[in-house]
Amino acid sequence: MAEVRVSYTPTEETTLLRNTAREFLSNRLPMATVREMMMTPDGFDRAVWEEMAELGWVGLAIPEEHGGAGYGTTELSVIFEEMGRMVTPGPFFATVGLAVPVILGLADEAQKSGLLPGIAAGEIIATVAAFEGSRDWGLENVETTATRDGDGWVLEGVKPHVLDGHLADLILVVARTDQGLAVFPVGAGADGLTVEQVDVLDPTRRQATVTLEGVRAAAPLGSGPAGDALPRALGVASALLACEQAGGAQRCLEMSTEYAKTRHQFGRPIGSFQAVKHRCAQMLVKVEHARSVAYHAVRVTEDPAEFAIAAPLAASVASESYVWAAGENIQIHGGIGFTWEHDAHLYLKRAKSSSLLLGDPRYHRRTLGDALGL
Amino acid sequence: MTDRDLDRVEGLISQLLEEHPPAETPETEFWGAQYDLGLAWVWHPEGEGGLGLPRRYQTVINRRLTEAGASIDNRARNVLGIGMGAGVLAAHGTPEQKQRWLRPMFTTEEIWCQMFSEPGAGSDVAGLATMAVKDGDEWVVNGQKVWTTLAHLAKWGMLVARTDPGVPKHQGLTYFVVDMESSGVEVRPLYQITGEAEFNEVFFNDARIPDANRIDAVGAGWRVALTTLMNERVAIGGNTVPRGSGRIAEAIDAWKRYGGGDPALRDELVRLWSEVEAARLTAIRADEMADAGIPGPEGSTGKLAWADNNKAVMSFTLELMGLDGTLFPGGYELIRPTEFENRPPQHGFLRTRANSIEGGTSEVMLNILAERVLGLPGDPRVDKDLPWKEVPRG
Ligand SMILES: Cc1cc2nc3c(=O)[nH]c(=O)nc-3n(C[C@H](O)[C@H](O)[C@H](O)COP(=O)(O)OP(=O)(O)OC[C@H]3O[C@@H](n4cnc5c(N)ncnc54)[C@H](O)[C@@H]3O)c2cc1C
Repeated sequence: MAEVRVSYTPTEETTLLRNTAREFLSNRLPMATVREMMMTPDGFDRAVWEEMAELGWVGLAIPEEHGGAGYGTTELSVIFEEMGRMVTPGPFFATVGLAVPVILGLADEAQKSGLLPGIAAGEIIATVAAFEGSRDWGLENVETTATRDGDGWVLEGVKPHVLDGHLADLILVVARTDQGLAVFPVGAGADGLTVEQVDVLDPTRRQATVTLEGVRAAAPLGSGPAGDALPRALGVASALLACEQAGGAQRCLEMSTEYAKTRHQFGRPIGSFQAVKHRCAQMLVKVEHARSVAYHAVRVTEDPAEFAIAAPLAASVASESYVWAAGENIQIHGGIGFTWEHDAHLYLKRAKSSSLLLGDPRYHRRTLGDALGL
Repeated sequence: MTDRDLDRVEGLISQLLEEHPPAETPETEFWGAQYDLGLAWVWHPEGEGGLGLPRRYQTVINRRLTEAGASIDNRARNVLGIGMGAGVLAAHGTPEQKQRWLRPMFTTEEIWCQMFSEPGAGSDVAGLATMAVKDGDEWVVNGQKVWTTLAHLAKWGMLVARTDPGVPKHQGLTYFVVDMESSGVEVRPLYQITGEAEFNEVFFNDARIPDANRIDAVGAGWRVALTTLMNERVAIGGNTVPRGSGRIAEAIDAWKRYGGGDPALRDELVRLWSEVEAARLTAIRADEMADAGIPGPEGSTGKLAWADNNKAVMSFTLELMGLDGTLFPGGYELIRPTEFENRPPQHGFLRTRANSIEGGTSEVMLNILAERVLGLPGDPRVDKDLPWKEVPRG
């Protein structure tokens, strides 16, 4: 298999984006604010969304002709990594990580011009309603149907796990047509559409159940079946999510290391006990590995053969690293790490839930095994 | 960084291949010519086997030479010399020492070994007890080394010895290059769990080393030893290898022969493949960062991950093989190995157990990562400031 080499060195753009993101997130969305937000009914503040759009983050990877900044997933991934460090709440992943790649991957030019500028401007929060069966990440058993009706379509079905569905102005609904799965843009106010928030493990990333009862829709993205473009777009989403996961894992390592240096027991910092110190070192290894696979994946999205390997690799490795690091972080903190008051649990919840959103590690390994021809 | 450097390297490679066609040139002659053109250690200065260019050009060189059918086997054959000795000479050697040793090291005409470990000093190698006493222009050495890989084939040995027992352990060490053929140096085989003897015990009985073979200052041995160990860990875990190569290839072969499509085995196989690939990408990223002058933690994790992955992969490979995994083709012969490639997986299963011991144990690597990279406090050290001769041993 030919080897695809890409550069991982930070560029002027990525460095600038990282610095801006770190500064904005620590000033505008510090942990205290995150904790307040996660206790509000919506779990988010729309004013923050507008600020993120003004910073250019929402449209970062949207082409310039559609109102965005025209950068690629490499640049965008920096924002995800930084948001992962701060368990930033809100629909950034649903909109920018999930819906935008689906639109970019599936829509025709007219649809892109219709949908993307509003998103880039921060006026439209979007999400994707894809999964139904709890372990049907391959979308093999989607039961939501789309039936032709005059020059439009009628959608029927239930989507129980729509990320930030309660905030979305635009929902991209994956439905079965007689020619296979297709993706239909549906506005939040559509007749027959009900959106109901559900209680979630990770209060910084919400979900809603979306019910479609005779919802009328126009042509699907690309005016036809989604084909391979949908799994590929979900691959882009997993690659971006992997960067978020790497950022979260990195923060767990930092928290553990800081605590291990300052907490004393038996007259010594606990970081001088090897049981603690070695755990931190192992976290370092896993964090670096998560980062490597995630950085690689977001850099090869344009190379289908390599990306078919890189995306599930990133998803499975980053998921497992983050869940493990978030668990170890609690252990290293002892009792305080188990309290509501400490931030450690936010990371555990984010880690576990992220590792199940687009496929669990075994699912991704199955995909990877297929790509490797094993 | 510029293309002109790359053009120059490419030009020299072409020249080498034209003037010394690999198919018709004896290996040592080819390697000599490679050294003379500065394509041996491309980051060394000109005249010392290099061109003063970034290390990444070596990847280009090695790839093109391999593609042209030239052997780069010298790196494996003289692993301690080329992998570590060269780095030591580059950093601490005098011009005369580099002139004398680098070229024949690269051509494998002179094999090197590393004599650090002793029966009483392994992880705590700075506690070593082999003594060197100055006698005119020479040093007289007495003591014992152990686990010395390749000592039976080596012309030169990198030796750390104690030259001042009256100061704390790190301060009283000096680094030498020993002629392994000189009198007073005795090498005896030590057999490993594979039944083979890659390594040896080395005994020094009034062995004499000229002072000209001392590396760096008297008492600076620890500093030089650290350079050696750093190079060793990069040589071991920091290599950027092709995807799917190394031990994981053995697991994939076994999967194809024995796996029968079992989904649980397949999941484990892909999980291990992913661990290996993550470590590989980390090594590539570390290389690139080091070249760009942004050294980060990604460079330090390779040795540890390499050891863990190798052990897990080979253990799993035997599981894939089922009952065939219980065989040991060829039996245990108690020999000096000459063949290092194409060994059966059962041999690999045993051999990889050493990966987390040789070149620094995994526990020691974790300490280093935690203390040097993360800045965690060190273990309490009872011996640190005591004169070496007052430290309890055993
Ligand atoms: C195949 C092979 C080839 C080798 N080749 C060479 C060679 O060419 N030249 C050479 O000089 N040496 C060589 N070695 C020696 C190797 O470097 C040592 O074996 C290694 O450093 C460990 O030392 P030791 O065997 O004395 O074990 P010890 O240091 O006694 O360690 C025993 C156990 O204690 C643990 N331990 C020790 N200190 C600590 C600590 N501070 N914290 C936590 N745990 C600790 C270790 O991790 C290990 O599990 C080779 C070894 C092998 C296996």
